[in-house]
Amino acid sequence: MTVATSLLPAPAQHGPWVAFTLRLIREKPLGAIGGALFVLFFFCGLFADVISPYGMNETNLLERLQAPSFSHWFGTDHLGRDVLSRVLVGAQLSMLVGFLAAGLATLVSIVLGVASGYFGGKVDMLIQRFVDAWMIFPDLLLLIAVISVVGAGIPQIVIVLGLLYGIAGSRIVRGSVIGVKENMHTHAARSMGARTMHILIRHILPNIMPVVIVLFTTRVGATILTEAGLSFLGLGIPPPAPTWGGMLSGTGRTYMYLGPWLALAPGLCLTIVVYAINVYGDALRDLLDPRMRGSR
Amino acid sequence: MSEPLLRVEDLCVSFRTDSGIVRAVDCVSLHVNQGETLAIVGESGSGKSVTALSIMGLVGDSGKINQGRILFDGVDLVALRESAMRKIRGNRIAMIFQEPMSSLNPVLTIGKQVAEPIWLHRKKSWTQAYAEAAELLAKVRIPDARSRLDDYPHHFSGGMRQRVMIAMALACQPKLIIADEPTTALDVTVQAQILALLKDLTRETNAALILITHDLGVVARYADRVAVMYGGRIAETASAADLYANPRHPYTVGLMRSIPSLTSDAGSRLYAIRGQPPDLANLPTGCAFAPRCEWAKDICLRSPPSL
Repeated sequence: MTVATSLLPAPAQHGPWVAFTLRLIREKPLGAIGGALFVLFFFCGLFADVISPYGMNETNLLERLQAPSFSHWFGTDHLGRDVLSRVLVGAQLSMLVGFLAAGLATLVSIVLGVASGYFGGKVDMLIQRFVDAWMIFPDLLLLIAVISVVGAGIPQIVIVLGLLYGIAGSRIVRGSVIGVKENMHTHAARSMGARTMHILIRHILPNIMPVVIVLFTTRVGATILTEAGLSFLGLGIPPPAPTWGGMLSGTGRTYMYLGPWLALAPGLCLTIVVYAINVYGDALRDLLDPRMRGSR
Repeated sequence: MSEPLLRVEDLCVSFRTDSGIVRAVDCVSLHVNQGETLAIVGESGSGKSVTALSIMGLVGDSGKINQGRILFDGVDLVALRESAMRKIRGNRIAMIFQEPMSSLNPVLTIGKQVAEPIWLHRKKSWTQAYAEAAELLAKVRIPDARSRLDDYPHHFSGGMRQRVMIAMALACQPKLIIADEPTTALDVTVQAQILALLKDLTRETNAALILITHDLGVVARYADRVAVMYGGRIAETASAADLYANPRHPYTVGLMRSIPSLTSDAGSRLYAIRGQPPDLANLPTGCAFAPRCEWAKDICLRSPPSL
């Protein structure tokens, strides 16, 4: 225990963020590459409107189904729309859904997990049985059921995905809260006359941050993938919005032999983003968890 | 004599466990006067720490105070509501734990942690609390205190962390400080420094100190009075000088004899009290120490003999 606490990420003299990034690059190069790729996609998504060479729904029937070239890096689709532009806007949508849903999921996980882990007893029992019951349903089934009732759209998808992953993830938060709760410094805080809320926010939450950060990053990947799955099934964000999943199932599948780039572009983007964020999340977990230090 | 600062009367605390109800503290009565140092001595599981936690109102969910009163400054802490108790904890009664390595929050800076009780209880602004934290660190003789406010606990050694814990305990100038084995986890050389510091600072503020320990050497040097605990009960209470000159309870005698001495012959075996500490889930009906006592008589097995 004493060894573990003394090995927690040490905010060094020249700023904790810089020091941490340097450590990430040094100790987990693959994770750093993943992080860099993800940041690249993030900014592509953020500035999609500025950097797309064409409008996402700008048709040009004279240039339909063109292979990748200098004027159209990723080629064009059956209506002559520039695939690169559409992929970029797709990145924006994916990031939007990914971050919002993962953010909501993390929030739900924290609230449920902290309540369950810290208060224990009946509260824990009640919340955990609810989580058990919730987890019986397969994710996609639940999603499809809800979306078919309330209709497709970004807010619905974000809320459903957030709840779905948040409730499941509360288990992980609960586990680490139980660990921190028994730490001496939590008792010390109570002996100083701190309120429960104060202890939760100041003494429990900062100590489970490594877990929360990792939970968030992996959830971003998972929600992006699930959203793509939904769009592929036609239940995601409705067209003409160019989601990656929608591009795959629409033009990608129909014109697979005539223009394989139509499926390759969104497919590869999806693969790379999800892989990158998962590798990055793994690296973060290894670096932030003192027990994992020294093992690569 | 005036009313003591803290008077514990007939305190019984039990814990529900898988092996039945454990009577961790069994009808304990003791008192501490203002400015006095009371040592509570006993082996592991004798109820010292539970007594301390009861005074703080921190026995937890599985523990229960079955009977007794804890009068602090005339107020019964057992009957007090949690919100009122919170105003006393860290403010008028402070506690120092035995593990300085884990008693500090690893992700908060030292300054923030020391300033916390001041901010919580004195309702001062955060900047002011922070400034006072620096003074407190200087008071516990941490060199270059101001520059160390932004350090994290892992930058400190065990002894330094215990100094920080003492600073936190002293922050609101409590009337009573409970130190639960404050030096157990420390180097022998640091132990004396920490205890001397604690003693000095309590004398300065005229605070009472309850020193929980199993080190009789510590007791001899720093305590005014001693309560020896065994099996959840107080075996005997005496002034420190009396206890050493004239121990009355056989357990105390056994403890004294177990201390290695510099003058004993080389190669001679150390004395040890025979047998095992009692199982608190089913204590013997008579004297808890009787099964291990050299002088036990039949009557001891039926009812605890008076001293």
